[in-house]
Amino acid sequence: MLTFITRRTLLAIPVLLGIMIVVFLLMRAIPGDPCTSMLGERATEEACLEFNEANGLNEPIYIQLGIYMKNVLTFNLGESVRFSRPVTQLLIERLPLTTELALSALFLAIAGGVPLGIIAARKHNTIIDGGTMAFANIGVSMPVFWLGLMLAYLFAVVLKGTPLALPPGGRLSAGVFPVPYYEVWNWNLTEGSFWSKFHEYIANHYIFNTFITAQWTVFWDLVKHMILPAVALATIPLAIIARITRSSLLEAMNKDYIRTARAKGAKERRVVARHALRNSLLPVVTIIGLQMGLLLGGAVLTETVFRLAGVGTALFDAIIGRDYAVVQGFTVVIAAGYVIVNLLVDLSYGYLDPRIRQK
Amino acid sequence: MVSKKTIEKLEMQAQEGNLLVGKPLSQWRLTVRRFRERKGGMVGLGIVTLLVLMAVFAPLISPYHPNEVLIGKEDVGPREKPCIHALGCDPEQPQHILGTDANVRDEFSRIVFGARVSLTLGFFTVTIALIVGTFFGAIAGYVGGWFDNLTMRIMDVILGFPSLLLALVIVSVLGPGLQNALIAIAVVSIPAYARVTRAQVLSIKETDFVAASLALGASGRQIVVRRVLPNALTPLVVLATLGVATAILEAAGLSFLGLGAQPPLAEWGTMLATERNNVFTSPHLVFFPGLMIMITVLGFNLMGDGLRDALDPSLNK
Repeated sequence: MLTFITRRTLLAIPVLLGIMIVVFLLMRAIPGDPCTSMLGERATEEACLEFNEANGLNEPIYIQLGIYMKNVLTFNLGESVRFSRPVTQLLIERLPLTTELALSALFLAIAGGVPLGIIAARKHNTIIDGGTMAFANIGVSMPVFWLGLMLAYLFAVVLKGTPLALPPGGRLSAGVFPVPYYEVWNWNLTEGSFWSKFHEYIANHYIFNTFITAQWTVFWDLVKHMILPAVALATIPLAIIARITRSSLLEAMNKDYIRTARAKGAKERRVVARHALRNSLLPVVTIIGLQMGLLLGGAVLTETVFRLAGVGTALFDAIIGRDYAVVQGFTVVIAAGYVIVNLLVDLSYGYLDPRIRQK
Repeated sequence: MVSKKTIEKLEMQAQEGNLLVGKPLSQWRLTVRRFRERKGGMVGLGIVTLLVLMAVFAPLISPYHPNEVLIGKEDVGPREKPCIHALGCDPEQPQHILGTDANVRDEFSRIVFGARVSLTLGFFTVTIALIVGTFFGAIAGYVGGWFDNLTMRIMDVILGFPSLLLALVIVSVLGPGLQNALIAIAVVSIPAYARVTRAQVLSIKETDFVAASLALGASGRQIVVRRVLPNALTPLVVLATLGVATAILEAAGLSFLGLGAQPPLAEWGTMLATERNNVFTSPHLVFFPGLMIMITVLGFNLMGDGLRDALDPSLNK
């Protein structure tokens, strides 16, 4: 197992380096010189000389690449021109929302997709199976942003005044604000230190923060705001997971060991749950990992629709506002996160299926 | 237990004389037959055919030009609700079956013309990705060595990004616009084709008929083009059909963010995006373009799934 982990981890490193190089080159491919595009209106001749010197832009390109990689590896992602703040600070503020959104969506996708797939497989070739698969086909073809807007319309306008009404956007209602756990518990954190930044980042996961500190009013407000975006974002992965679960379970149900289990008199429920399902979950796990890419990409669209200040909207604003340090930093971080998630999925695959370790 | 339906099907096949004896069917006829047995695939084919017809005959179907502003020409205002005379709408009012948009243009005409943009876009994106991906995949698989290694590592890096994200960054470098969105989505989808082609080439390279061609003195290029690629076609066709669906969905996403097609072009994603802030007051201007995107993507997805089942006999029970 250890060799397997080491080998898979080592294989991810060239991909991560490649991602950094691609983002670096893409940013260099932008027409115009970096100084004017980075500093915008502030790009006077002196400022540019200083900027070029400070960022090593007078060096040959491979040395620049080296400097850039060193900076990324030491969490120095440059400074946002529009916000005049370090990109890492922006990440501390923006990333937790996207993480919470993606995880909520993933949770919904698994909680909905796996049971749907099981039901469809159990009722194979019936109207329930057909209906579930039709639903899955439609789900896969759904434009996230359209579904989001329609859900917002349905729950905020049509159902207005009923208990089912949900807020159409934003992260919190006006006037509601969570208190970070380190303030609730009176922790002494040195301003600006690494640990204070770290705790600020963790506490910005509002749902988690309000949950552990029992700020229930804020917690419910957060959850209510999260439902619609999470449902919109979860639809495609849910449909894909349902399809994979169904086909994988159907295949497992035809295996000899299922006949054996039935022959020895096991109840149908037990046959499905203990024998078939366990063996059919491997492809489902892989597909769940691949869905993270969809979730992260879809987050840009979902956050735009629901006016959430997450990584997606920040990245989009940065692209429109030509804030290249932010585009560069955020892209590298999101792509790295995606690669790492997929690495973890690969590792869990090896853990679940010993045959894969042997290869 | 054998179901009644299966028995009937077997009976039918026996009557047609191809169950045990009779004339053998060609690969092509078999595929068509298997495809026609798939309900989903046929529905998909139907949807795609209708959309293609809609795109081709758009000027005949739509009552107005998609960019025609109706101010001063008719008694309609901006963002008017759908008005269908047959459904009891006041006959005095001009008929706009999907209403009008913010610039007092006929929404239905714009939707019809939007099919042209989406289908062309899906087709070209996939064609570019297919050509480039197949080219590199075939060479990588056939030549092997450092070229193979380098190409596949580059593909790994492209796959390392969430696809919409990479497309977003590429468009930000190239500048917004339909053409650049098309290029960005094509680039993002290249790895899938390259990988599939390479895998096929690797397995076909080892077959006897390739060895025979080599013995007859065929050049590497001849072998790849004449022997290997035709045999690698099956999965590529399936991938390309499903690829059109993905391309249309991603292009709509880019347009929704304002980075794809630019107004006044009648593109569904753009139409939806310009009206998204008015979804609470004029939901029809958001609903219909999105519905069209969904139906189109659904059509290609169903057709792709049907093709995959038809072309891969091992999936047939």
